[in-house]
Amino acid sequence: MSKSLKILCAVLALAFLSYPVAAQKLNLGRVALPEEVAAWDIDVRPDGQGLPPGKGSVKQGEELFLAQCASCHGEFGEGAGRWPVLAGGLNSLKSDRPEKTVGSFWPYLSTVYDYIRRAMPYGNAQSLSADDTYAIVAFLLNMNNIVPDDFVLSKENFGKVKLPNAEGFYDDDREKAEKAFWNKKVCMTNCKKEVTVLNKARAIDVTPEENKNAPKVD
Amino acid sequence: MDLRHKSTDQVRGNERVTSGTSGKTLDRRRFLTAAGLAGAAVATSMPALAQSPTKPDPAITELPDWSRYLGDGVAARPYGSPSKFEKNVVRRDVEWLTASRESSVNFTPLHELDGIITPSGLCFERHHGGIAEIDPAQHRLMISGLVDKPLVFTMEDLKRFPGRVNKIYFLECAANSGMEWRGAQLNGCQYTHGMVHNVMYTGIPLKTLLDQAGVRTNAKWILAEGSDSAAMTRSIPLEKALKDCIVAWGMNGEALRPEQGYPLRIVVPGWEGNMWVKWLRRIKVGDEPWQHREETSKYTDLLADGKSRRFTYVMDAKSVVTNPSPQAPLKHKGPNVLTGLAWSGRGHITRVDVSIDGGKNWSTARIDGPVLPMSLTRFYVDINWSGEELLVQSRAFDSTGYVQPTKEELRKVRGVNSIYHNNGIQTWLVHKNGETENVEVS
Repeated sequence: MSKSLKILCAVLALAFLSYPVAAQKLNLGRVALPEEVAAWDIDVRPDGQGLPPGKGSVKQGEELFLAQCASCHGEFGEGAGRWPVLAGGLNSLKSDRPEKTVGSFWPYLSTVYDYIRRAMPYGNAQSLSADDTYAIVAFLLNMNNIVPDDFVLSKENFGKVKLPNAEGFYDDDREKAEKAFWNKKVCMTNCKKEVTVLNKARAIDVTPEENKNAPKVD
Repeated sequence: MDLRHKSTDQVRGNERVTSGTSGKTLDRRRFLTAAGLAGAAVATSMPALAQSPTKPDPAITELPDWSRYLGDGVAARPYGSPSKFEKNVVRRDVEWLTASRESSVNFTPLHELDGIITPSGLCFERHHGGIAEIDPAQHRLMISGLVDKPLVFTMEDLKRFPGRVNKIYFLECAANSGMEWRGAQLNGCQYTHGMVHNVMYTGIPLKTLLDQAGVRTNAKWILAEGSDSAAMTRSIPLEKALKDCIVAWGMNGEALRPEQGYPLRIVVPGWEGNMWVKWLRRIKVGDEPWQHREETSKYTDLLADGKSRRFTYVMDAKSVVTNPSPQAPLKHKGPNVLTGLAWSGRGHITRVDVSIDGGKNWSTARIDGPVLPMSLTRFYVDINWSGEELLVQSRAFDSTGYVQPTKEELRKVRGVNSIYHNNGIQTWLVHKNGETENVEVS
């Protein structure tokens, strides 16, 4: 082996030895500055963690809502076109056409604050001040007959407001409630006497660009 | 997205159409190949070859331009795209489903695809505030919350981590087939089942990043947050985050498409697509779920008693026949390839059965291609169609013993208002002229 080749081999061996990286601390990335953590720390939880200081009244909220929200959600939160309905629908959850609104369905008020803060107004997200957000949330509560007209929502009284459907949820229980779907004995032949067509998509005709011409069969 | 039916006045009448499909026309011999029993059986029942035309075929006798003249050179297509003759193979949307195109969904053209991998440009899209167009040099991922030290990573940092992985997983929107709870509504498996795709992701396990930050002992959940104009968030149990979640920058061997979260998304194998936050900017570690909009007012399953299941993360086993289907009618009598897809969020597909008589008789399909956990799986039944009506169905079985239920079985447990997690058996009615439509049967 030539001298240069020997050196090359030695270098390669060393390089190889120094390569495998333990999964320990890798010194990749850097520590986030407190200001950076705070800039993105916009999430709010049901226990109030994440709520910023501030307050807003139903009255202020109504003004803001009419200016910034009503074009989609309607002046009374009824929803324009297919935009989300925000008010009403109480006791409709068992009905044929449930109306899932902040008042009838949403379990936690913190969700309303968090969502408006991060995503609303639609197309101009994260533009509302903390006080404006409190005010709009207060107006939504008023719209759903949960607080009176003179109510002022703040970080301090936030936790006292309960939404009507707070107890309406439970954790996924499919593995218990739908146990019959596991290890089911399946039938392979003569499983039913007759098969009838119960309904057809075509009857309601809402498919875009449906091919209405029958294909040619050879 | 609100997946209510278009409006109450457009809900079907309860017409009861008796199918002309009778037991005797549904000769099970058609399925002999499916059982892998006998190519010979098929051969004997094959019709004779088509009669040759009296005039020679000009496609053979006349030299086409592409055989005579030079085509495009290598510089003409620096990033290739499908043939112009494939222009119908596109994602499609249903305009009336949603209020705006920026918070909306389109659908994968499943009936035009084969194998198990979805081409990147055909993967269905679901955005809540439009597509964020992000310069990767300006993108940051922060790990914060209950960690020893909050960290910030650039894309270049992430790509230097050891332990890079490549994994094939399906992503299914929990609302896939959500329009079908009250009955057959949309004509096409693209619309009924097209909120699913299956790609190979490249990235690093989320655990690697969490280990770098040092997760505190009281941590139980993480919050994944996007940097789009919806600042999408979902709470994910820490156990899942540490088990198999990936922070991915690649799909199908190249960078994520902008529609799929470029430059970074979280991959949550087997769990509903809404959790796979795109344009991922932050992972916050906490001790409770955040109960954000997408896990309370949406992506909870309202049952008939007015109560709702929440945290229904896992996608149940499901399958659909993609061909024939309303957008892919049968065009020829004789041999035809019936094919479809099956998947499960709980493991791998162990078996798929197919019926062509609306569930009277079933035959086990042939599975071809990789069978991977939490991945689409391809199945086939080679049929010999004599031109009779068919009622085509498929049912999937997974490695936990779960058997895909009928729609009726599902409705008995869940009612019709849950929107999400409709994995019921789909039925296609193939008419005598080959035309195929979405129906429900008894």
